[in-house]
Amino acid sequence: MEQATLDTLIRIAYVLAAALFVVGLHQMNSPATARNGNRLSAVGMTIAVVATVVHIASRGTSSGFAWPIIVAGFLIGGGLGLWMARAVKMTAMPQLVSLFNAVGGGAAALVAIDEYIKLTDLGVGVPTETTVPTVLGVVIGCVTFSGSWIASGKLQGVVPSRPIVIPGGRLVTIALAAIALAGAGYLVFGVASVPILFVIIGAGLVFGVTMVLPIGGADMPVVISLLNSFTGTAAAMAGFVINNPVLIISGALVGAAGGILTKLMADAMNRSVVNIIAGGFGTGDAAAGAAVGGAGGSVREVNPDDVAIQLAYARHVIIVPGYGLAVAQAQHQVRKLADLLEARGVDVKYAIHPVAGRMPGHMNVLLAEANVPYPQLREMDEINPEFERCDVALVVGANDVTNPAARSNPASPIYGMPILDVDHAKSIVVIKRSMRPGYAGIDNELYANPRCGMLFADAKDGLASLTAAVKAV
Amino acid sequence: MNEQLLSALTIFVLAILVGFEVISKVPATLHTPLMSGANSIHGIVLVGAMLIAQAADNPLSQALSFVAVVFAAANVVGGYWVTDRMLQMFRRRPAAKPGGAEGKTP
Repeated sequence: MEQATLDTLIRIAYVLAAALFVVGLHQMNSPATARNGNRLSAVGMTIAVVATVVHIASRGTSSGFAWPIIVAGFLIGGGLGLWMARAVKMTAMPQLVSLFNAVGGGAAALVAIDEYIKLTDLGVGVPTETTVPTVLGVVIGCVTFSGSWIASGKLQGVVPSRPIVIPGGRLVTIALAAIALAGAGYLVFGVASVPILFVIIGAGLVFGVTMVLPIGGADMPVVISLLNSFTGTAAAMAGFVINNPVLIISGALVGAAGGILTKLMADAMNRSVVNIIAGGFGTGDAAAGAAVGGAGGSVREVNPDDVAIQLAYARHVIIVPGYGLAVAQAQHQVRKLADLLEARGVDVKYAIHPVAGRMPGHMNVLLAEANVPYPQLREMDEINPEFERCDVALVVGANDVTNPAARSNPASPIYGMPILDVDHAKSIVVIKRSMRPGYAGIDNELYANPRCGMLFADAKDGLASLTAAVKAV
Repeated sequence: MNEQLLSALTIFVLAILVGFEVISKVPATLHTPLMSGANSIHGIVLVGAMLIAQAADNPLSQALSFVAVVFAAANVVGGYWVTDRMLQMFRRRPAAKPGGAEGKTP
């Protein structure tokens, strides 16, 4: 085939791939079509990669190492990715997404760096229209690379999840931003310089760390989503640098869609993205937290046998699963209890807060994994009116999302956050390991409610003893 | 500004607008899978990594492009796989009778 015809076909393949990404992403809006959407998008990716292989084969390579690099790199990287994706526990999934963000951002930065070095080596200077996206791609890619590792480490517990305040952190951040800006200015308006590019790389990498470290673990989902959007943008910048349309389209698509998703997530938590990045939560709440704690009063402890009788003779039970259930891997145990209750004629539903688990939608994934029938899962707005009619609300490892202070106490840092109206239930049972406060670091007034009983146990053990006790009723 | 850059800018801006529109009303249930799905799409940088590998003619460039290909391939393959793993759990089962696992694969 003639080279010109082939090039046209490759361009058309890229357009097709981009179209499949858009349609695939759109289909992921609804649970019914989501899986198909992801597969369409994977088909698009395959088309783009095959087209690139054809392009390289038809144009030839600059050295004999190109194919070994591509094939070995793909096998090693793809193999690692596949292994991690298969091995990861669903509870640890958010960390993995963050790792994929890190490598994606890293790859985008590397593409821009390599192209820049190549252009400077030619000694004819680098045109502004290349320098600008290079600098943007390098900075965004580096921030995402290091920031995503920290975010992943926080969720994994390798890095402490509490906000880490770096002494003079704000100054350091401002200084880093200034260094990156000055470097960028030098490259854009001055002369091409690889050493300066490395200064920018360093500033970007450190900036990623100082940006994410002061943010608490509860806000990590929003941060990961934001970094996801960054990676998309970095990929688009890499596309400008090497002048490749499919990179530009896909990167911009993810950048924008990721941005919207970040906002949706932040809205569900009643937080603003700016607030989160500025790192407000874990700092300055101590006073409000203490005040709530002071008014907390005493809590009532219950034992599994009492709760089992309550549950077995209830008509409506609403289970409120939270992150405690996820870490204890208790999703299968909770289904066993629910099955047992249903066999006794109890109506069981699950109340899913938008940010239950570690990420919006995370709890749905976990419960689906345990084969909980999808129709039993109810979203917050749908289930809230039902709490008044419910005999027992069983809260398993959820905390802040049930705190009535979000409705009633304007001084509380979570005031205004949409919560599950668990306190409207006729009776409330909370399975919780201890009285330790949740992610927000504040006490939950729900526990002082006279209708609320506390069952102190790990979510899995607590549910197991409840299941055994219900069997014995 | 040359013609090439202008057309690149045009598709960039249009693609951003498409990105804003394409996921307007998503139930919270799907936020995590959607993020993961979008995550795999930015693995498209694999194409860029392959192209710089093609043009790499010195050891530094070859090393950089190798790392880039490894990173991007992990992003692509792992990203799609884990998203699919998540989504396959969302299939709507015929309302399973209480207590009956009915030999369903977990």
